[in-house]
Amino acid sequence: MIRVILPAHLRTLGRAGSEVTLEVKAFTIGGLLDALEERYPMLQGAVRDHVTLQRRPFVRYFACEQDLSHEPLDTPLPSPVVSGAEPFLIVGAIAGGSF
Amino acid sequence: MSQVRVLVGTRKGAFVLTSDGKREKWDVSGPHFAGWEIYHLKGSPADPNRLYASQSSGWFGQQIQRSKDGGTTWEPVGNKFVYAGVPGTHQWYDGTPHPWEFKRVWHLEPSLSDPDKVYAGVEDAALFESSDAGQSWSELSGLRGHGTGPHWAPGAGGMCLHTIVIDPSNPQRMYIAISAAGAFRTDDAGKSWRPINHGLHSQHIPDPDAEVGHCVHRIAMHRSRPDTLFMQKHWDVMRSDNAGDSWQEVSGNLPTDFGFVIDVHAHEPETIYVVPIKSDSEHFPLDGKLSVYRSRSGGNEWEALRKGLPQKDCYVNVLRDAMAVDSLDKCGVYFGTTGGQVYASADAGDSWAPIVHDLPAVLSVEVQTLA
Repeated sequence: MIRVILPAHLRTLGRAGSEVTLEVKAFTIGGLLDALEERYPMLQGAVRDHVTLQRRPFVRYFACEQDLSHEPLDTPLPSPVVSGAEPFLIVGAIAGGSF
Repeated sequence: MSQVRVLVGTRKGAFVLTSDGKREKWDVSGPHFAGWEIYHLKGSPADPNRLYASQSSGWFGQQIQRSKDGGTTWEPVGNKFVYAGVPGTHQWYDGTPHPWEFKRVWHLEPSLSDPDKVYAGVEDAALFESSDAGQSWSELSGLRGHGTGPHWAPGAGGMCLHTIVIDPSNPQRMYIAISAAGAFRTDDAGKSWRPINHGLHSQHIPDPDAEVGHCVHRIAMHRSRPDTLFMQKHWDVMRSDNAGDSWQEVSGNLPTDFGFVIDVHAHEPETIYVVPIKSDSEHFPLDGKLSVYRSRSGGNEWEALRKGLPQKDCYVNVLRDAMAVDSLDKCGVYFGTTGGQVYASADAGDSWAPIVHDLPAVLSVEVQTLA
């Protein structure tokens, strides 16, 4: 099982806990996001664009102390994420809000 | 006994304010969707417990929320707003072509008769509709496909479709307004549109009398006279008595005719309200005195309504979707400020009192009068 930590606003929106676990078919960034959106359809469009699947500008993907935000969707997940030893973090960037 | 429900959208959540028909004591519920911008929320005239809310954030984009119980509980519905066909370009601030990009929903307008049907006005300017209670959305592309689309340009707040007015006597007819393109009308339920800006005069565009390019801030209508429209433009208060075919200025003795909101008394179709704002570069009341102006003659002759409103050191703004009326007798009038106050008048504007003082900046105010 893949562990994913969501930012607070997406936990509220998805009515999810601070950490969710997912059955993932493809162990890539895109595969993880597909599984997340399948289980929590209300998160479609909130992490990445509905059509282009591009990450929203003020969302970041971190894992194993690496920034994976700019990696392509077919990038393999780090082994500790695949094994469940480490979570995959979806993070709201420091910028992006309004006053 | 009658009840009034005031729906308030703010920079950091939604609030639901309720009172009985006396409108003296208020219960405050919220924040709903805490931390998110709520540009607008509105109830269905056909089912007052059916509410729709536009929830957005710079991080996580657009959500649409729906309530079936008057705002006690909510559920997220469809948030996929995709322009029909090839989006094309509009003008950017510097005059260059810029691709149409969806940013947010500014305004939700439920159908007058079907609680499952709702329209959404979005930035970059376009009109969407849903016939399944917000689950899915499709663009009424005849508007954006109007030949002038490539010449539309954003106002300071973005290129937003912020006003949707449905004609209660003719379901084929609807009006919309875009900053800064102007007003448009459909007579075939949204399939085709034409600009209705004849008579508007705007110094901020190369041709002040151009067919499009006018920064319309708000349009209001009284149900009993659907061919009469009132408009607060960037500058100028205007009226039309022929469904927008032509407009004449009715700013009259207003101390400044810049402003954002305009609304019509629920029972007196020639009684209208505006909140004059000093100028387009100074978005606050003249001399720090917050004043609503009322005309009982459909414009031109205006009286200041100040009782109960701050008359010293008040430098808030009242944004375009932040005024509404109830349908009680006497008519209640409500508006919200960027300082987080929501003011109510239970006597058609003669006197005012704040319902709440310290909300986040208010983006929208809607009112439901419940039996």
